[in-house]
Amino acid sequence: MKWVPLGLVRYTFCLGGLSVFFFLLCILTGPFLMLYYVPDVNRAYSDVMDIMQVVPFGAFVRNVHRWSACLMVLCVPLHMLRVFLQAAYKPPRQLNWLVGITLLILTYLLCFTGYMLPWDQEAYWGATIGATMAENTPILGAKGPFSVLPSDKDIHYIMLGGTVLDQPTLSRFFFAHCIAIPGALAGLMGFHFYNIHRAGGMSGPL
Amino acid sequence: MIEKVIEEEVPTTEENKERLRLLTVVRGETLRNRDIYERPPRYELFFPNFVMKELCVGLAFLIIIFTWAYYKDAPLYELSNPAETPSHIKAAWYFVGLQELLAYFDPYLAGVIIPSLILGGLYLVPFLDPDPVKGIGRFAFKERKFAIGCFLGGYVMWYALLLVGMFFRGTYWSFYWPWEDQSVVKATEVALWSFPLPAGIAFLVCYGLLMLLLPAVIFQDFFFRVGLIRYFITFNLFAAMCFVPIKVLLRNGFHVKYVLVTPWFNI
Ligand code: HEM
Repeated sequence: MKWVPLGLVRYTFCLGGLSVFFFLLCILTGPFLMLYYVPDVNRAYSDVMDIMQVVPFGAFVRNVHRWSACLMVLCVPLHMLRVFLQAAYKPPRQLNWLVGITLLILTYLLCFTGYMLPWDQEAYWGATIGATMAENTPILGAKGPFSVLPSDKDIHYIMLGGTVLDQPTLSRFFFAHCIAIPGALAGLMGFHFYNIHRAGGMSGPL
Repeated sequence: MIEKVIEEEVPTTEENKERLRLLTVVRGETLRNRDIYERPPRYELFFPNFVMKELCVGLAFLIIIFTWAYYKDAPLYELSNPAETPSHIKAAWYFVGLQELLAYFDPYLAGVIIPSLILGGLYLVPFLDPDPVKGIGRFAFKERKFAIGCFLGGYVMWYALLLVGMFFRGTYWSFYWPWEDQSVVKATEVALWSFPLPAGIAFLVCYGLLMLLLPAVIFQDFFFRVGLIRYFITFNLFAAMCFVPIKVLLRNGFHVKYVLVTPWFNI
């Protein structure tokens, strides 16, 4: 990709580029939070408290992590809106639309898993709402319509690693938030950009 | 398009013309796949020009985020306590739309079926749109009224639910107008009623038939253009989307709890 239409940066503010940018800010600040945070139900909350009050620049780094995550989860749907309004999902870009929706889902999952790590009331009960929904999944959830699985084998159990939110939940959310989802996102983003290139560049000025 | 750029830059000697012809022949296949529409006439280099512009926008946001992070701390509430359900639970703001749906639908609908339909519908977008060229790379609102109408409708609904959940819901998820005091716990709401089973079935069947047949009858051209399968999927999704505001209306206007009550699930 060498030539792109002039005036690309116009009234839609490079929303895709900004999503990458906010993601990078999270990737840069996340590891510093990981230095002080231990995903142990007895420690997690006080570790975050330490980050906010004791660790030099800890509060600043956590704030940057949180606020750029917020902006990312705002930007990605807006980028999708821009793509739709400019019909950029039409040939030859269908595949990139599909990759994009997967990126959207992963972005929401990233936020969901991250939100629960501080293990405060908001995190705990917010995640509980999500867990209740999983429990009520038709067929696969123990409490959902037409459920076939017992409560120690259903999708809710797999998600939480137990029947209630506890240490196993925190461990797997930590793994998902810090390794699995960011890794998948980074890889898919690469594929997303490669696809833009393969489709012959952007569909038009942004 | 490529020809245009090359014509502008390369002196059109006979030799160059031959080169261009060869290039087009050699890469003809790929070129045709890539450039099936007109591009704006003026181009700039991706690197460094375009990348620099994006970086400038990034820099502006870096300043905004740093200022924001300096003045406003990310919240940290009290330690989690499984024994004490707060009266005022709100999910993270980007999920409050789904939480707001919980006020109208059972969790299996609000948390599983509706999100799955949204995401499934989004995945299907490129295959449901029957027109492969219209409006690419520009905002063609007039030519794509139905597509853009549906998409914007859903998009606006998602954020409308989110805003209501954020700002109009207080203790125990009761509705509060902005001028009402959210610390005053509201009395339990009016008794709700559900449609009897036959009425529920009749309502849903009529609704489904109406949503599936009416557009085909009124917009016959459209129906034949998209084809039966696409039409069927599109209008099922459309009917599901329109059902959300209908249920909101039925609940708030007529105190209907469920439209359909069965031993296995309720809608
Ligand atoms: C983590 C999320 C995402 C990131 C980081 C990202 C990044 C980008 C970037 C940097 C571009 C270049 C154009 C621009 O800046 O707007 C782009 C283009 C594109 N994106 Fe995304 N994107 C994401 C999610 C999505 C989603 C949710 C969709 C749609 C469902 C999508 C579909 C597309 C398409 C079709 C293009 C080509 C646009 C065109 O040719 O006009 N992307 N993306």
